[in-house]
Amino acid sequence: MSAHANAFTAMPAPSFLRRHGIWFLMLALMLVLPWLFYDHDRGRHSGFVITLLSEMALMSVFALSYNMLLGQAGLLSFGHAVLFGIGAYFVAHTLNWIKATGIFIPVELMPLVGGLGGLVCGVIAGYVATKQRATAFAMITMGIGELLTAAALMFMTFFGGEGGITTDRVVDTSVFGIAYTKPIQVYYLLVAWAMIAALLLYLQTQTPLGRMANASRDNFERTQFVGYDPRVIRYWQFILAGFFAGIAGGMYCLVYEIVTFDTLAAVKSANALLAAYIGGAVGFIGPIMGAVLVVGMQSGISLYSSAWLLYLGVIFILMVMYAPGGLLGLFANHIPIARTGRLGELFVPYLRVIIPTLVMSLGFILFVELVIHHTINAAQGKKFGILGMRPDPGSTLIWIVAIVGMIAGALWLRQAGRGFMTKWSALIEDAKTKGIMS
Amino acid sequence: MELFVVSLLNGLVYGMLLFMLASGLTLIFSMMGVLNFAHASAYMLGAYIAYTLSLYVGFWIALLIAPIICGLIGAAIEMWGLRRVHKNGHIAELLLTFGLALIIEKGVQMTWGLMAVPYRIPNGLDFPLFDLWGTQFPAYRAFMLLISALMFVSIWLGLTRTRIGLVIQAALTHPDMVGALGHNVPRIFTLVFAAGTALAGLAGVIGGNYRVTEPGMAFSMGPIVFVVVVFGGLGSLTGCFIASILMGLIQTFAVVFDYSLADLLAMVGFVVTKATPGSEFLMVTMPRIAALLPFILLVAILVLRPRGLMGTRDT
Repeated sequence: MSAHANAFTAMPAPSFLRRHGIWFLMLALMLVLPWLFYDHDRGRHSGFVITLLSEMALMSVFALSYNMLLGQAGLLSFGHAVLFGIGAYFVAHTLNWIKATGIFIPVELMPLVGGLGGLVCGVIAGYVATKQRATAFAMITMGIGELLTAAALMFMTFFGGEGGITTDRVVDTSVFGIAYTKPIQVYYLLVAWAMIAALLLYLQTQTPLGRMANASRDNFERTQFVGYDPRVIRYWQFILAGFFAGIAGGMYCLVYEIVTFDTLAAVKSANALLAAYIGGAVGFIGPIMGAVLVVGMQSGISLYSSAWLLYLGVIFILMVMYAPGGLLGLFANHIPIARTGRLGELFVPYLRVIIPTLVMSLGFILFVELVIHHTINAAQGKKFGILGMRPDPGSTLIWIVAIVGMIAGALWLRQAGRGFMTKWSALIEDAKTKGIMS
Repeated sequence: MELFVVSLLNGLVYGMLLFMLASGLTLIFSMMGVLNFAHASAYMLGAYIAYTLSLYVGFWIALLIAPIICGLIGAAIEMWGLRRVHKNGHIAELLLTFGLALIIEKGVQMTWGLMAVPYRIPNGLDFPLFDLWGTQFPAYRAFMLLISALMFVSIWLGLTRTRIGLVIQAALTHPDMVGALGHNVPRIFTLVFAAGTALAGLAGVIGGNYRVTEPGMAFSMGPIVFVVVVFGGLGSLTGCFIASILMGLIQTFAVVFDYSLADLLAMVGFVVTKATPGSEFLMVTMPRIAALLPFILLVAILVLRPRGLMGTRDT
């Protein structure tokens, strides 16, 4: 990581647009995307796309808040959804309260209410959890997560038991006079909040607290010697992460208008972890990339395959083993080579690696789909299909194709991978001799 | 009295099952510092593999083979997975086992379906062993007790009386020193990891038909095993044993006493109704609290006494 940091600082100071252009790009993308799927025949937006984009926006905030712990402070949490869920419950109750009493609290501020909920929860849960770090911290957060999930099923008044709390976002308290009856209206509200939250989260990484969180992650003991109490750093970091997770929870409540115990449960926490890690915990925008990928797989691939979680798990394991920097880290690794101007030389080696990877992945996917068809889907009366084709799942040939593809692809990739690594090392070496990389 | 003795026996059976799972995890966790999330997955795999094997070769051979298969899977995970990510620190190792647990759960669902499989107690053991005031005690539970007691004795003998056992004990606390003395520490790690996973598999073989064999079994058992390991303390098998038995008894007895705080208050003449403030908390019954208890314990121990019952160092 330090190598990349050096590579960045060695660059001449870029212009404002070059440094912050990514923000405007993101905003533009979020504003324009719903219109690309606009259904002109019926004159309305695609409901699926709007929900998908809303989910991506809120998961991005959630994953970014998770990364305040994982990436910035090196704290692995298995109960981050607690903060998210409590925020969502807060908003559900607040909306119901507005409906019942007619008190004027703008709907636009609901994510902030969720943030306050997450903040309160962070103050309490964080006090307990941040007493420890590393593995013990991970286990305490797991315990708190399980505890609250079980409690949510037990106590009806606040959590609503299994049915959860239903609410209605149309309460007529908008400061802009928007009714929020249409999902697109809610989506644009979410875009605004996602941008605000992301900006604040980014600025937080520049504060002394954010920097000290990095320090306590990298060298726990030296932080103490310098005179900081790592526990206080962890606590503040946790509370702020709770605030942003709560904002994401509030956004969730606005989109779905129902909050159940699922929002607190371990699966939600695991999603945040997967998003942050796969996207790349080492950089700021990594978790956003991860959230888009995870939500995309969750909503997109799950339409075609019930094994999406397996694929996500495999991607996660491959990332842990071969690319600890996540997707962002993979991109960042190319920067020194790009600056020597020899990135083009990687084109052919990449081609040589990508083809066996495709063969292997297709073999694996075919194998998984065949297995899942025979154990689960066939009983539900579903037809077998892959990539738009409908081969006979009962034939021996297709099993052979799958298994041979998987094994041959793996062996081929192993072979091609060696050649790629030789070229890669040579290019990195070149970058080092040119003084671009230390 | 009848209820007490029967619950005591049931608690003991459950506690020994927990110990079989937790002992392997304690060894792995103490020695390698890896909190193995996939440990409970090995328990699940043990049960499922034994179910499939018992259809073809019978329960007894399955009892022998299934743990060996689990042990081999464990060795593979250690050699090709954990060793590779070891240089990236404990968090990477933890994440790897977490990812494996996810994949194994999905894999089990794919292979054996989403529903529970009919993994039954073998016919030879399906009879009541003795009567206690009219309540029958099944022979299979006695068999479970026997297996776990045998396992406990052999682990104990293996660790204290054999050469490799002494090296393992030394590596629990001073892995670097053991390496400096010329022992192959990575191989010891692999051995312990495989043995621990095999034990978890064995627990699955005998626990899967006692409880229920379904894809959610790893996820429901995992946190409880963590609690036992933390409660017992790092580096202490004795602590782990005591913690397992205690946890087994606590969970069994809590389910038996179907009372709530409101009932307790009613005994002293204070009747709790829906209108009483905090009635929701007061009316929660013991069996429902029993589900929360392990996690309350987990958090409390980690915060108040991170070295657990008999641990030699902090978690």
